[in-house]
Amino acid sequence: MRKTVSLLLVLVLLFAAAFTGCAPKQEPAAPPEAGGDAPEETPKAEPLKVGFVYIGSANDGGYTQAHDEGRVYLEEQLGDKVVTMFKEGVPESSECEKVINDLIDQGCTVIFTNSFGHMDYTEKAAQAHPDVKFYHCSGYKSGPNFSNYFGAMEEARYLAGIVAGLRTQNNNLGYVAAFEIPEVVRGINAFTLGAQSVNPNVKVKVNWTHTWYDPAKEKEAAKALLDAGCDVLTQHQDTTATQQAAEEKGVWAIGYDLDTRDSAPNAYLTAPIWNWGKFYAAEVKRIIDGNWKQENYYGNMKDGLVDLAPLTDNVAPGTQEAVDKAKAKIIDGSFYVFQGPIKDQTGAVRVPEGSKMTFDEIMSVDWFVQGVEGKIK
Amino acid sequence: MIMPITIRAIKKSEPGRMKAALIRIGAMILALAASSLFILLLRLNPIDVYLKMVQGAFGTAYRVKETIVKTIPLVITSLGIGIAFKMQFWNIGGEGQIAMGAFAASYFALYMNDMPKPVLLLVMILASMLAGGLWALIPAFFKAQWGTNETIVTLMMNYIALKWVMFLQYGPWRDPNSLGFPKIANFPENAVLPKLLGVHIGWVFALILVVAVYIFINHTKKGYEIAVIGESINTARYAGINIKKTILIAIMLRGGLCGLVGMIQASAVNYTLSVEITGGVGYTAIITAWLAALSAPLILIVSFLFAALLEGGSYIQTVFGIPQSAAEILQGLILFFVLGSEFFVRYKFVFAIKHPTTAGKGAS
Repeated sequence: MRKTVSLLLVLVLLFAAAFTGCAPKQEPAAPPEAGGDAPEETPKAEPLKVGFVYIGSANDGGYTQAHDEGRVYLEEQLGDKVVTMFKEGVPESSECEKVINDLIDQGCTVIFTNSFGHMDYTEKAAQAHPDVKFYHCSGYKSGPNFSNYFGAMEEARYLAGIVAGLRTQNNNLGYVAAFEIPEVVRGINAFTLGAQSVNPNVKVKVNWTHTWYDPAKEKEAAKALLDAGCDVLTQHQDTTATQQAAEEKGVWAIGYDLDTRDSAPNAYLTAPIWNWGKFYAAEVKRIIDGNWKQENYYGNMKDGLVDLAPLTDNVAPGTQEAVDKAKAKIIDGSFYVFQGPIKDQTGAVRVPEGSKMTFDEIMSVDWFVQGVEGKIK
Repeated sequence: MIMPITIRAIKKSEPGRMKAALIRIGAMILALAASSLFILLLRLNPIDVYLKMVQGAFGTAYRVKETIVKTIPLVITSLGIGIAFKMQFWNIGGEGQIAMGAFAASYFALYMNDMPKPVLLLVMILASMLAGGLWALIPAFFKAQWGTNETIVTLMMNYIALKWVMFLQYGPWRDPNSLGFPKIANFPENAVLPKLLGVHIGWVFALILVVAVYIFINHTKKGYEIAVIGESINTARYAGINIKKTILIAIMLRGGLCGLVGMIQASAVNYTLSVEITGGVGYTAIITAWLAALSAPLILIVSFLFAALLEGGSYIQTVFGIPQSAAEILQGLILFFVLGSEFFVRYKFVFAIKHPTTAGKGAS
C-alpha cells in the first residue's frame, strides 16, 4: 500500500512539475489575446470572427446541418478573411443569450442564430452590443444592428406537395410538425395546396411534436400518422426520423432541409431544401468590404435560397414534368403559391379569386387551408 | 485446479485524511489521463484542451462572471439537498421544487407586478420559498406519516411540477404576442433581480446561505437533531427528539432553498418561466452535495469547480469546433473518476484466495 501511495505522490509531483513547467511558456501568450483566443495567426488583416448559434447538432441530418453546410461554404469562399465558430444544441431560453455573449467574448463581431425561439434573446444581445452585427433566422424582429433572414420555403413546399399528391395511393398525407407558428402553418398550407393542384382529393393530417429537434419524439409522431393510414409523410422537423418511420413501414416520405436520400433509400422521394451558403458568404463579404447595411432578407427559389432536391426513382411517373412546370411558373413570377381562390378549413373563402395574400398576411398566418386535418391551438 | 479469487469491498472504519486526499488526487490524474486518450482520438492536444478549459472558465472577467452565475443555483440547491441527505432523507425532488418555486415567483412577476420593485422581489422570494417548501413537504409528510419511499415520490413529483409548468407555457400563460410560439412573456424590469459587481445578486444570497446553513447544521439544536436522525432513528427516538416535526422542518427548509433557486433563475437568468428553468440543477446538485460530503463550505468550493467544468466544457466546443457530445463525454469522464474515487475513499478491497476445501460447491 505504501508503495502505491508513494507512486501516486511521484505522479502528482511529476504532473505538477509538468504543469508549472509549461505554464510560464503558455502564460505570456494569454494576456495580449484578452478578448478572444483563437490560435495565433497574425496575417495582415485580423480575420473577421463569425459566430453561429445552432438549435440542433451540426450533423442532425436536417435543419442545422443545412446551416452548417452554409457556414462551411462561407469559410471556403472567404478563406483566411474569416474565422467561424459555432455552438450547437442551444435551447430557446436565456441559454441562447449566454451563448451569444460567450461568442462575443471570444471575439465574434458577427452572430447568426438559427431558430425561431432564439429571436428575443438575439434582440436583447443586439441591444447590449451595438458594435456587433446580428442575424436571426426565421423570425420577424430586427433593429439597427439586427437583421432577420429567411426564405420562401412555401415555394419548395408547394412543389413537394405535387410530388406527394401524385405519389399517394389512398389520398392521405401525413405532416409531422413542430410548433403552431406561422412559419410551420405556412408550410403545411403550401404543401396542401401543391398536393391539391394535382390531386383534389388529398387530405393532410397534421401531428404536432412541440419540438424542433427530438428524433425519438419525431418518430413517434410519424408512426401515429402511419397508423392513421397516411402513405406519404413529410415533416417540419430537424431530423430524418420521419423518413425512417416511413421507410420501416414501407411507404413514402418527403424530407426537409437537406437531400437525405441515403437515410431512407426506399421511402425518400425528395425534399424542400435550403442553400444557406450563398447568403452567408455574400452577407459576410459585405461586412468585410465595408458595404454592410441593416437589411432583412426573404430569399426565394429564384435566388436559389430554397429549392426542391432532385427527385429519386421512388416518385410516381410524370412527377418530374409536373414539378418542372410549376417551378418554372414560380420562378418567372406567373404563379404565386398563396393566390386565390383559397378556402380555409371551414370552407370559407379566405383569399378570393384574383387576389394574393400579402407578405404580412403570410408572415402571420394562423389558419389552415381546406384539406388540412389538424388544429392550430 | 482453479483457485477462485474473491474480491470483497469492505467499509473502512476511519478513512485517513491523508490517504483520502491521495486517492482523490490519484483519481483526478486518472481522469485527466483517460480524457487525454479521448482527446487524442479527436486529434487534439490534451494539454492544449485542458488549458483552454481553464481559460474558458476563468480566462476573462466575463468568463469568471459566467462561471459564478452557473455556481449560484448549484450552491443553493446543494445546500438544500445537503440538509435532507444529512437526515438520510433521499430527496431527489430538487427539479420539481425549483420549478414550483419559479412558478410561484412568476405568478407575482407576471400578474401582480405593480408593486414597488423591492416589495415585489421580496414577495417573489417568499412565494418561491413557500411553494418549494410545500412541494417538498408532500413527500415528507407521506414519509413521516406512513413511511413511504421518498426517493420515488420526490422523483415522480418532479414530473408533475415540470408538466405543470409546461401546461402553463403551452396554455393559459402563453404570451399572446408570441404568434403561437409556446413562450411565457418576459418579466417586467420590476421583477428582475438587480446586479451587484456585475453578477446578479443571487451570489450574495448564496454566500449568506452557506454561512447560515453551516451554523444551522453545526451549531443549533435542530441541526444537531437532524444529524442524529440521520445517524440512527432509534437513537433519536430514545433521546426524545420529535422525529416527525424535525423531518418536516428540515424538508420544508430544503424545499424552500430549492424554491428560491427557481425564483433566482426565473428572475435573474431566464427573465421568464419555462420548462428549461431548472437546467437539470436539481440533479447536478446531488452530485455536488455528495462530493462536498454535505458540508456547507465545501459545497461552495465544489459547486464553483463544477461550474468551471461546465463552462470550460462549453468553451472548448467553440474553440476547437468539437461536437457538444464530445465535450459532454469529457465532463462525464472526469466526473466518473472523481465520483469513483469516493468509493475507494470509503471502502477497501480485500483479496482472498478461496481454498477448495472451504469453498465447497463454489469450486466447480
